[in-house]
Amino acid sequence: MLLEVQGLTKHFGGVAAVRDVGFAVPEGTIFALIGPNGAGKTTVFNLITGMLQPDSGSISFLGKPLNRLKPYQVAAAGITRTFQNLQLFGDMTVLENVMTGAYLKGGTGFVRSMFRLPGINREDKLISEQARALLAEVGLDGAADLPAAALPFGQQRLLEIARALASGPRLVLLDEPAAGLNSAETKDLAVFLKKLKQAETPTNGLTMVLVEHDMETVMEVADRILVLNFGQEISTGTPAEIQADPEVIRAYLGEEDQIA
Amino acid sequence: MRSKTLFWPAAILLFLALPLVLDNNYLFSILIVIGLYAIIVQGLGILMGYAGQVSFGHAGFFGLGSYTVAILTTRYDCPPVLALLAAIVVPGIIAAIIGRPTLKLRELYLALGTMGFGILIHTLFNEAREFTGGPSGIGGIPYLSAGGFSFDSDVKFFYLVWAMVLLLLVGINNLIRSRVGRALRAIKESEHAAETAGIDTSLLKLKAFIFSALLAGLAGGLYAFYVTFVSPSPFGFHNAVQFVLMAVVGGLGTFLGPLLGAALVVLLGELLRWAIPLAIPGAGGEYEIIFFGLILVLLMIFRPEGLGTLGKTLKSPAGKPGYKERGHTC
Repeated sequence: MLLEVQGLTKHFGGVAAVRDVGFAVPEGTIFALIGPNGAGKTTVFNLITGMLQPDSGSISFLGKPLNRLKPYQVAAAGITRTFQNLQLFGDMTVLENVMTGAYLKGGTGFVRSMFRLPGINREDKLISEQARALLAEVGLDGAADLPAAALPFGQQRLLEIARALASGPRLVLLDEPAAGLNSAETKDLAVFLKKLKQAETPTNGLTMVLVEHDMETVMEVADRILVLNFGQEISTGTPAEIQADPEVIRAYLGEEDQIA
Repeated sequence: MRSKTLFWPAAILLFLALPLVLDNNYLFSILIVIGLYAIIVQGLGILMGYAGQVSFGHAGFFGLGSYTVAILTTRYDCPPVLALLAAIVVPGIIAAIIGRPTLKLRELYLALGTMGFGILIHTLFNEAREFTGGPSGIGGIPYLSAGGFSFDSDVKFFYLVWAMVLLLLVGINNLIRSRVGRALRAIKESEHAAETAGIDTSLLKLKAFIFSALLAGLAGGLYAFYVTFVSPSPFGFHNAVQFVLMAVVGGLGTFLGPLLGAALVVLLGELLRWAIPLAIPGAGGEYEIIFFGLILVLLMIFRPEGLGTLGKTLKSPAGKPGYKERGHTC
């Protein structure tokens, strides 16, 4: 198991945003967290990435605990993420955004960066080339020198994913990557995510945990799904199992009906 | 294209040749002061324009540099170069100590926290009389000298200061274009996203803070060697505000911004000092502040990105305000 979450609990004031949530994600699979708004999905992400500390429970990645790690340490461990409301570096170019995503690949510090040494130039050139290659993979290489804020929304989402991939992570957390995309872009996204799953990484394909509201995308790409409501687990299973689960249907629609 | 690449070397050479043709001490002292402030603002520019943290306490680091030189050379017979090194290091150490807790503050509270620090230091200068000489300060600072060569004239100091300014311009330019530079800008744009890219934002903000304190200390040490005496008055809150003003007016995150900002504020100050008593007989320093404020307001209305964007910019050419608003759909 690449990622294992057990008994995860987080309160804000008196409210349990996440209560006793647990799941396991095997390497090279896509795991989806779904549930109504406010169900605690983004909180789970924030707990995994170290932005929040759990009240109780454990998170382990590659067998090692993630609790107590700061966000930048979680990234160094091999987990990156995208954000629900986009957190691009708007004033930086598209290329610079991806290069910054590869921060961990470089090693020149503050002081040495003030000198234009040949070693530094080489390192920068390498990172720049790798970033361009990554942009080409998502189809953004033409926009490399534009400011990130100038891109249309759909391309900004892709850029954030490219940035999250730049450091060569083992696990990527995608927070509502389809939000705000039109149906064509959403279909492209699904294709892209499946392609990522197959892509070559040091061991198997890339592993992803997805928070998503677009059910078509979820059913299309996810290998396993966890349904949350009010911070608690409602159901876990394959897309087929989830679609048929009456508890899930009730959580979403409040009545007997079928999810399309 | 060719004329453009020749412009800067030519301009720099002309500027550096000034002492050969001019012989006006007043002008030199102005240029030296602009140079010293430019050093401070270059550091402050990294902190504000790139790491995105404000500081209203940099007059304190400036003062620490000056007083370190003053005390070491007059009380402990310290060799000038060593004293200058100490002037750089001492503010750096203080910045390292107060930096961690202070930088945990955000925005207004960070401004207040740094302001508090600055006032603390200024009060220390005024009150710790045995140590700092109180309001009358410390005089009799020797000239900066090394291996027989002594910086005992305005011309020599002019070259010293501006050589440092130019070296810093090159160094900072390299820094901005590097991985660390991108990380700093990322912190300013979105600290959360920067963290998820593996950037230790707390540490990097602290480094930027220490860096800016080191530069302010350097300027302070040089200042002490130039004026040969120190007193608390240049290190008060009004100067701390002026440094922030210089950074903003010059244009945050621009290449020449710190120089332009320092030059504008100093020259404006001199102009007002001369012009106001002519326009309003018997007027004093208080009118200067009013006009300063007025000009600042006008500048913020008509050119909020500062003057530095007129020339080269270190950020992408599109890194001007307006892009952030335009690109976003929400």
